[in-house]
Amino acid sequence: MSAVMITRKVRKWERLPGKNTFCCDGRVMMARQKGVFYLTMFLIMGTCSLFFAFECPYLAVHLSPAIPVFAVLLFLFVMAMLLRTSFSDPGVLPRALPEEAAFIEMEIEAANGNVPAGQRPPPRIRNVQINNQIVKLKYCYTCKIFRPPRASHCSICDNCVDRFDHHCPWVGNCVGKRNYRYFYLFTLSLSLLTIYIFAFDIVHVVMRSVDKGFLNTLQETPGTVLEVLVCFFTLWSVVGLTGFHTYLISLNQTTNEDIKGSWSGKNRVQNPYSHKNIIKNCCEVLCGPAYPSVLDRRGLMPEDSSSALTSFAPSSTSIPAPQTTKTTAPLIPNEHTPDDAKPNIAASAEKTSSHKAKSPPPKEEQPPLPTVPPLASPETDAETSISKDKMY
Amino acid sequence: MLSSMKEGCHDPKTKQTQLLKPGRRTKASGVFHNLQEMQHCASLVTKVFIQRDYSEGTVCRFQTKFPSELNIRIERTLLEETVKTLNSYYMEAEKIGGQSYMEGCLACATAYIVFLCMETRYEKVLKKISGYIQEQNEKIYAPRGLLLTDPVERGMRVLEVSIFEDQGSAGSSPSSTLSSDSSAR
Repeated sequence: MSAVMITRKVRKWERLPGKNTFCCDGRVMMARQKGVFYLTMFLIMGTCSLFFAFECPYLAVHLSPAIPVFAVLLFLFVMAMLLRTSFSDPGVLPRALPEEAAFIEMEIEAANGNVPAGQRPPPRIRNVQINNQIVKLKYCYTCKIFRPPRASHCSICDNCVDRFDHHCPWVGNCVGKRNYRYFYLFTLSLSLLTIYIFAFDIVHVVMRSVDKGFLNTLQETPGTVLEVLVCFFTLWSVVGLTGFHTYLISLNQTTNEDIKGSWSGKNRVQNPYSHKNIIKNCCEVLCGPAYPSVLDRRGLMPEDSSSALTSFAPSSTSIPAPQTTKTTAPLIPNEHTPDDAKPNIAASAEKTSSHKAKSPPPKEEQPPLPTVPPLASPETDAETSISKDKMY
Repeated sequence: MLSSMKEGCHDPKTKQTQLLKPGRRTKASGVFHNLQEMQHCASLVTKVFIQRDYSEGTVCRFQTKFPSELNIRIERTLLEETVKTLNSYYMEAEKIGGQSYMEGCLACATAYIVFLCMETRYEKVLKKISGYIQEQNEKIYAPRGLLLTDPVERGMRVLEVSIFEDQGSAGSSPSSTLSSDSSAR
């Protein structure tokens, strides 16, 4: 029995490394664990539906019809910002192609010189001077690049993200350069919506109680109790988060930098990215240019890769089985542990060796291939092993 | 240097000569006249990567330092000119001023739905850049056996310069190119 050969165009998102899931043929990009995101959606939509069902008819008649109208607009804005944050590319940096990785390895080898046997090579760090401040660029063993300033590797999504803020399970995505302003506007508008619903719930209960008594009111509009509960707990967390991010924006810092204490002022280190002016910092973060994605998700793979697939090939919309979520903290730090790096490095070592085996240079006289040193791992890197020792 | 080809590209593997399509100029001077010719007839020797310059912060800028591997291939001033023009384009795209505020505020007022219909300023400049790189490749780099790759295809991390070698001169030039490369370093 012969297999049926089907040729189909393969889009680049299907071959992207990393632990993202893609929907709508590459238009939507999210993290793998989406459970908490669904909870966020449910809470927002559920609470708002209760508000529109129970409170709005009464308030529209007895106070003003503008109240539900404004609530609808605010709700739509919140949902738009949430979906925009969750579905967009946070600013993922694509991994280095083999030639670029080899080029960087050669540069590192040249810079290190000869390392005596048995000794660990020096840590892979590049120093750049930004605004009279020395900034260290670290090497990412997974992506095989020196991370640009402010970029960081997210262990959950397994990508380097530019201007990495944090990985937010509530939106089911990383928050980075491209979607930070949407995330901020989401928290801000959600704070306003929560305060709005909470306030008008109280107003509604008071107004109705004056007519019919408190217990009767609660019997007539049971949704109010639920709304008040949800809003009360949401208020503290979301308003607090909005305040925290407003503070970060005014200083032009990321959550990641704040947690690590990169610019805390010790040893006279100062934030080189800050304009030292709150208005300018806010304008840059919120009104800066909208950066386009450098991951060409919907581009077609080159001809030789889009080979004929058998009929038993998985469909393009198959999503890998979600892993069980063990996230407890709302903010997830970024650096991958050396244990995480091991399978990645082994996998990438296999990939590069198979790539070399498959495409030998076509000339008769083969030029000597640049000898790529054995792929360094965090175990052989002095700095990472020192920090690992500190952890345990 | 690259040897001249009279009738077409000589493929050393199959020992066949692939005739150029009628209407194309044959190489007389030993240089490639257009991109398609180069990509069909030449083989890749190596790639050089021009790194980002972070001295001004996180804005997109490339180093104007001239890589030594390109010494024999192209004049320093030409490459520097290309990189400086690219840097000015990126600066224009990332400029925070009146226009970016207007765009940001308008977009925010429409809950960013307008971005689904409209092209952002950055995307417009990226298109201009890609046209510029194409034009530079055709005019300056392809005739010297080089090819620039748009940085956006490499995550805006590097400006990749591919160095090609003429396949017809496969027997003699690789070693001479390699020895000249190593001597240039």
